[in-house]
Amino acid sequence: MTTAFLTILGMGLVTYLTRLAPMWLYTRLKIPLWMRQAMRYVPTAVLTAIIFTEVLLPNGTPDLSIHNARLLSALLAAFIAWRTGNVLATIAVGMITLWILQAIGL
Amino acid sequence: MTSARQELLAGIRAEMPVTLGVTPFGLIYGVLATAAGLPPILAIAMSSVVFAGSAQFIGAQLFGVGTPGIIIVLTTFVVNLRHALYSFSMAPYLQRLPLRWRWLLAYLLTDEAYAVTIGHYRDESKALDHKHWFFLGSGLTLWIVWQLTTIVGVALGAQIPPTWALDFTLALTFIGLVIPALQDRPNIAAALTAGVVAVLSFNLPYKLGLLIASLSGILVGVWMERRA
Repeated sequence: MTTAFLTILGMGLVTYLTRLAPMWLYTRLKIPLWMRQAMRYVPTAVLTAIIFTEVLLPNGTPDLSIHNARLLSALLAAFIAWRTGNVLATIAVGMITLWILQAIGL
Repeated sequence: MTSARQELLAGIRAEMPVTLGVTPFGLIYGVLATAAGLPPILAIAMSSVVFAGSAQFIGAQLFGVGTPGIIIVLTTFVVNLRHALYSFSMAPYLQRLPLRWRWLLAYLLTDEAYAVTIGHYRDESKALDHKHWFFLGSGLTLWIVWQLTTIVGVALGAQIPPTWALDFTLALTFIGLVIPALQDRPNIAAALTAGVVAVLSFNLPYKLGLLIASLSGILVGVWMERRA
């Protein structure tokens, strides 16, 4: 419990530093070009890495078969995200698809 | 000239529609954190100490599989690096503020507060004088909604059976955020690289693969951008 709380404090500290350092040290600190370019790809890279592991490794091992209900649901959700750009619609379609596939025991 | 009070209220009003979208994520975070085995008090503490949605989702998940603290902190740092970019673009407008204002506003600098506030700062038809009150209004509004929805989510969490597979909402939320951002080749390449490396490195302990996959994706994105 104590260790977990210390970890949370550490998470808070590094998060706060990313938010504070540039606005605090702005006049003294020049963020190099490569770092600014790199930051542009942080959300895409991190989020996709998580999506792939959640969807393709449902039980901790790779499952690329048609029996992977999460894979089918995610593909349909991705299509909705592409067509609508709406996060809530994406979640709704993905969850309902997963529940239907689970119910019919695919 | 717009008064401090008017700026504060305008910031609150501007953030309101955004809180509608954030509410389900706060609830889902609370539910997920509980499902991952985090004690309720720590799940709630994370929302006020860290105050960063996606990092909290990942953090809760890493806690769930027994990841060592140092890896959780490192992963949080990489996931939240984008805030440095926001802070950097906000910095020129905040230079004349006393340091204690910058310390407070930095704590409130989330994706959602930044999105709403930066447009207001860039609108030069309005004087700069009290715009930090607008930032404060939008940031605090989001903070309050995030804390409240976390508490409700944690309270609900224990009552939701695992067969509902609510943990899947994390992947779906991220799909909803990532797909519309895949507008150019470097971003698509970054996504595919990160995804494939993540699956290939799934055997590494403590989800270290997530860190390696993210860094690979970022490198490929920068490399493609420079080559173009």
